[in-house]
Amino acid sequence: MPVDTTYDYRAVKGFALSSLFWAVVGLLVGILISLQLVYPQLNFGPWLSYGRLRPIHTNALIYGFTVPAAFSIFFFLVQRLGRTTLAFPGTARVLLWVFNAAIALAALSLFAGMSQSKEYSELEWPFDIGVVVLWVVFAIIIIGTIVRRKEEQMYVSLWYILATIVGVAIVYIGNNLAVPVSLFKSYSVYAGANDANVQWWFGHNAVAFVFTTIPLAVFYYILPKSTNAPLYSHRLSIIGFWSLIFAYLWTGAHHLIYTPLPDWIQTVAIAFSIFLIAPSWASVINGYGTMKGEWGQMRSNYLVKFIILGITFYGLQTLQGPSQAIRAFSALIHYTDWVPGHVHMGTMGWVTMTLSAGFYYIFPKIYNTELYSIKLANLHFWLVLVGQLIYSVTMWITGIAQGAMWQATNADGSLKYSNFFETLTPNFPFWNMRTLGGIIFLSGFIVFVYNIIQTVRKAPAAARA
Amino acid sequence: MNVDKNPVIFIILAAITILVGTLITTFIPLFAGITAVSTENIRPYTALELEGRDIYIREGCNNCHTQTVRPLPFETARYGSYSELEDSAIDRPHLWGSKRTGPDLARVGTKYPAQWHYMHMKSPQSMYKRSNMPPYPWLGDRKLDTRYTAKKMKVLDYPFPGKDAKDLDGKTEMDALVSYLMRLGKEVKGTP
Repeated sequence: MPVDTTYDYRAVKGFALSSLFWAVVGLLVGILISLQLVYPQLNFGPWLSYGRLRPIHTNALIYGFTVPAAFSIFFFLVQRLGRTTLAFPGTARVLLWVFNAAIALAALSLFAGMSQSKEYSELEWPFDIGVVVLWVVFAIIIIGTIVRRKEEQMYVSLWYILATIVGVAIVYIGNNLAVPVSLFKSYSVYAGANDANVQWWFGHNAVAFVFTTIPLAVFYYILPKSTNAPLYSHRLSIIGFWSLIFAYLWTGAHHLIYTPLPDWIQTVAIAFSIFLIAPSWASVINGYGTMKGEWGQMRSNYLVKFIILGITFYGLQTLQGPSQAIRAFSALIHYTDWVPGHVHMGTMGWVTMTLSAGFYYIFPKIYNTELYSIKLANLHFWLVLVGQLIYSVTMWITGIAQGAMWQATNADGSLKYSNFFETLTPNFPFWNMRTLGGIIFLSGFIVFVYNIIQTVRKAPAAARA
Repeated sequence: MNVDKNPVIFIILAAITILVGTLITTFIPLFAGITAVSTENIRPYTALELEGRDIYIREGCNNCHTQTVRPLPFETARYGSYSELEDSAIDRPHLWGSKRTGPDLARVGTKYPAQWHYMHMKSPQSMYKRSNMPPYPWLGDRKLDTRYTAKKMKVLDYPFPGKDAKDLDGKTEMDALVSYLMRLGKEVKGTP
């Protein structure tokens, strides 16, 4: 088979391998902080204490794993879907090195405690400026490639790619506006309730434009490609896309139910959260519809397993999320471990499964070879599935139990569990189970990385450059 | 319609779609003053409290502790009166948090004497055997860095230098953090 010279895959390869590297780092930190929650003696001094490590876990997996996975797969998709070569390929390779240096420095700054404290926005202002510059360069490469495409119609995946570019830019800049007092310390321009409102407008739309539109772009490409079946409904994908990017921005305040934020903002957020089921399920239905008559591939095609389980967890996630927005349910589960259980179904189930499918699809193509082992891919699938289920289910159980204990009152109105420790220590066995789930998930991910490395190793020398 | 044929038109339309909810739920309330409250009764941070708050942020305390009491009976019974806009009106950034691995701290300043916090921060396990809170012994050994204090107070528009300027002399990071914790729940004048 001749090497395909019409596409430029050098940055695609670099970002893919960077993504896998930072994923392993982020997952290892996840295991450590999970252990620390039960065994506080595992907090080793300031740099390795829970409060500093938890942002490293979240930032590594958002900005270190998901974002470069998107850079990689999107650089692949825009070339394929446009039948053209990448614009500014040299700049794309510079971007790769600057990106990795920035992630390493960012991790160091978090270890050192330089933090804005806002969740998923912890990085201090010099890094924020760096992120914006990197993002603009990324956007120019993507848009430049789309502009010179030879295929007139832009396929659904390209819409989601463009939405990712705009959405991340708006919410990231909006939330990070701050006044510096030194090189590594700044104060938000917003105060109090406004700061909280802006923060969760950002927080929930980081979910929208990193953990939703990125995997959706991958999903809409890989599913028809790997099944050889046409997309079920183009019309449904149009309606789903525009209503999704319209509705998501209204929902941030469902993170602030029963806070001092004015009630109407909370209520609008709850209403739009429930509405959001529709556009989310438009993609789920499009996925299942595409599988019509093709369900036998769930047995024969490992890629389909990842993609269909991924979209199924997306479907469950987008039902569970809106239910959490409802006041009565929020009162029970907010601030408990139910919420990390919810988040990890999305990240370990939907995002990682879908991006893994993306990588399994592109690696043999960009290295001009076959996957090293389908058996290992299946092992990877089962390990991450079981690991994720153990994680989520145990957190839901203990979250509801803790929420119920916080609420429990005696006949005279006094608290049944007035000592907080009575509601804390029953979590410990569940948190140990969670660690076990995380270790199983990480083992699956390491099998994945091994499989990919072996695939690269057996690639023809010309493709490995 | 060329929406799905022209990436530039597509991006503009997407941005407009994204900005509708953004403006209505987030930035219009901010600029229209819907979330504004009078700050007349709020006691500004002292320099020591502010430095303590920055240590709270540096150590990521907000990853496990919230600072917002919900207006629910079981919640006020545990933590004290529910949080209102005034309580955090001058806070930049807010520290409401999203997870209670440990208890809410919005009113913690009214619960324990300062000495309790010194002992607890140094070794939570010495006071509660099964506590899972990380110990912070190094805070007591580190001298407070006050190089940027004046600038911080100026940026945040808190009065400085006031009579509290020399409160900073010889203070440790632990002193600052405890001073911040002792303030929580007493932001608004007239509350205990």
